[in-house]
Amino acid sequence: MSDMSAKPNLSAAIQAAGGIGTAPVPHTEHGDHAHDEHEHHDQHWLWKYVFSQDHKTIARQYLITGMFWAIIGGTLSSLFRLQLGWPEGTMEWLTPVLGKWIEGGKLNPEFYLALVTMHGTIMVFFVLTAGLSGTFSNFLIPLQVGARDMASGFMNMLSYWFFFLSSLIMFASLFLETGPASAGWTIYPPLSALPQAIPGSGMGMTMWLVSMVFFIVSQLLGGVNYVTTVINLRTRGMSMSKLPLTIWAFFLTAVLGILSFPVLFSAALLLVFDRSFGTSFFLSDIYIAGQALPNQGGSPVLFQHLFWFLGHPEVYIVIMPAMGMVSEILATNARKPIFGYRAMIGSLMGISLLSFVVWAHHMFVTGMNPFLGSVFMFLTLIIAVPSGVKVFNWIATLWRGNIRFTTAMLFSIGFVSLFISGGLTGIILGNATLDIQMHNTYFVVAHFHLVMGSSAFFGLFAGVYHWFPKMFGRMMDEKLGYVHFWLTFAGVYLVFLPMHYVGIAGFPRRYYAWTGFDGFSQFADLNKFISMAAIIAFLGQFIFIFNFFYSIFRGRRATQNPWNSNTLEWTTPIMPGHGNWPGEIPAVYRWPYDYSKPGSEADFIPQNVPYSQTQSSNLPYEQELAD
Amino acid sequence: MNPIEILSEKETGLGWHPKRVLLILLMLSSTMIFASLTSGFIVRRDEGNWREFDLPLILGFNTVVIALSSIALQWAYASAKKDEIGRVKIGLALTLGLGLVFLVGQWLCWGALVDGRTFFGGMDANVSGSFVYVLMGMHAFHLLAGLIFLAVVLRRAFNYQVHSRALLSIGNASILWHFLGALWLYLYLFLLLNH
Repeated sequence: MSDMSAKPNLSAAIQAAGGIGTAPVPHTEHGDHAHDEHEHHDQHWLWKYVFSQDHKTIARQYLITGMFWAIIGGTLSSLFRLQLGWPEGTMEWLTPVLGKWIEGGKLNPEFYLALVTMHGTIMVFFVLTAGLSGTFSNFLIPLQVGARDMASGFMNMLSYWFFFLSSLIMFASLFLETGPASAGWTIYPPLSALPQAIPGSGMGMTMWLVSMVFFIVSQLLGGVNYVTTVINLRTRGMSMSKLPLTIWAFFLTAVLGILSFPVLFSAALLLVFDRSFGTSFFLSDIYIAGQALPNQGGSPVLFQHLFWFLGHPEVYIVIMPAMGMVSEILATNARKPIFGYRAMIGSLMGISLLSFVVWAHHMFVTGMNPFLGSVFMFLTLIIAVPSGVKVFNWIATLWRGNIRFTTAMLFSIGFVSLFISGGLTGIILGNATLDIQMHNTYFVVAHFHLVMGSSAFFGLFAGVYHWFPKMFGRMMDEKLGYVHFWLTFAGVYLVFLPMHYVGIAGFPRRYYAWTGFDGFSQFADLNKFISMAAIIAFLGQFIFIFNFFYSIFRGRRATQNPWNSNTLEWTTPIMPGHGNWPGEIPAVYRWPYDYSKPGSEADFIPQNVPYSQTQSSNLPYEQELAD
Repeated sequence: MNPIEILSEKETGLGWHPKRVLLILLMLSSTMIFASLTSGFIVRRDEGNWREFDLPLILGFNTVVIALSSIALQWAYASAKKDEIGRVKIGLALTLGLGLVFLVGQWLCWGALVDGRTFFGGMDANVSGSFVYVLMGMHAFHLLAGLIFLAVVLRRAFNYQVHSRALLSIGNASILWHFLGALWLYLYLFLLLNH
């Protein structure tokens, strides 16, 4: 690390004074300069591990916080699955944990709503947004584009600590006497705006909104950093058309976040004003217990427009990082170039663009103009095209590959499977006429849990198993990984396939119990089955948690490039220090998917190998570059 | 910006300094806040139950003030290019002062709105009025950030850190400030056309 301090002028701190394009001045006085010397002393542990500005540490912080949240979110779902599977059963035994939320052996119905609300909020935002792209964008962007760190380490650190603050507030809200937010993760007013309507819309909702404001700040600070790093800090030769697909996915995910989270901020802000400052943006003509509220002239549908303008891109924010990592892992472990590299980038761009013009397909039943509905339906169905391109390319990548079934590879293949199964029902729900029938049934629940929930989780697992050696210098246990994979894979299908069936039968979501309806009692067994599968699959995740923490300390030591992969992160030392590469950052000469290239001795050629060293495998135009 | 990063070893990208790219992306985010609020305004207006309101005349004065502040900052930037440090300081201070005048003017405008019985919340309020306060308030909040940035650049100017070979900070400050000015112009025209 010390040899870096020996570099002559032109450090960014100096360039910061002049900017690119102006002549660099070696001796400009500059505020940032003082840091230069600090970096190379031994840091206090507090700055090294807690308030770290190193992207790898921040990534690990995101990952572990995300895992914590996933356990909470999974526990909440197990609780409400207990209620749904055994509606007549007693929950007396949960009193030590849930306290007064168990009344006479029964789960409090309003707490049930709080459970589903918090499960959704936690999983969508805290696990699959912060835990997924927070971890891997932070970890992989600098390593794979060849940068020493993020564009702004300080903002990156702030991003994590805003997320942490937001987490603290959301976690604290679970213990409120009136319960956490209970209006669904989509927090539609008027339910979310009126504490008189449901206890969770009191303090719980306030804390939800405050927490989400910090969350949005965190996402924006992170997102602008990811984009800037990809634009500005690519190493020599790393043109945009040589970027690994992971980076393309993270890049576009960050762009989506930058454009859509501010809109959620607007929605939340107006909701705060409605709740606490007496405005009526979303409230009108409401009677509670016979009393008319003073609020006049608001439109609850306006909230839905604002919310879903974020909400829809949000599902791509969740799924696109997983898509990128799966592309990378499939190519590496099939020992084949990714099929249709440019088509993969194009389809990511297509999905990003379309994600902004389909939001109203969540609102087909709000009484919108049927003509408008058909426009949104048309745009929604077009998403099937880029999604289909991706699925085709993943399968074509696997086709006749020399497949190595690592755990990461299994989860990647599982991702493709879940994405297909869940995606197909998306085509059904995207049709306005069908959606009016299916709306708010378990069919919808099954659809999005497969296509974005479980798939994104599979992407997350694949990423952790694949990049664990780079994160912690050790390997995760493969056998335990297999057990984890098969339990999860079978579990997910056993939970969500029957849900489609009960959904078509008309089961509404968010209902506390169906025992009051004779028409649904025949499905009691199926619900019990779903609940058992869900709880077993959830318990299976503790195999992963054990494997993860055990391997950090006791795992097999990793080699520098354990998967024989092409991308730049594997050219760093086994445990890269601050600055990632001890010497110069390698330059890049080729795309990242030269696997099993005809004529080559090894079955992989890393990106930093120039064409001049691979005469035997060069294509004619590459040979020209070599000469 | 990480001090150990060496920009000359990088792909050129857009040719902008990373700090400038960060700023532009954050401005893009802000744009989305105002785009969503103003589209919400229009969607809501078209649903009826919408009380018309009058914009106080002081807003015209405020608009002139913020336009002048942009000119002053541009003058400071041009002076920095020519290494006329004294003018840089005057220009920046002038911008800062005019920015504060603008904020005070906006505050007075809120008073005038209340006098005209356009309220933010409560029994007598209508969504139309609430929107005006939210739009102006969000803009003022952004402007505060701009003022802090200008103050930092002014301090740097006093430390001889703003000159023809150190234009990044004043350049970024002027990008942000012109953006905030243009944003206000948009909001003003929007409210004039849609009140």
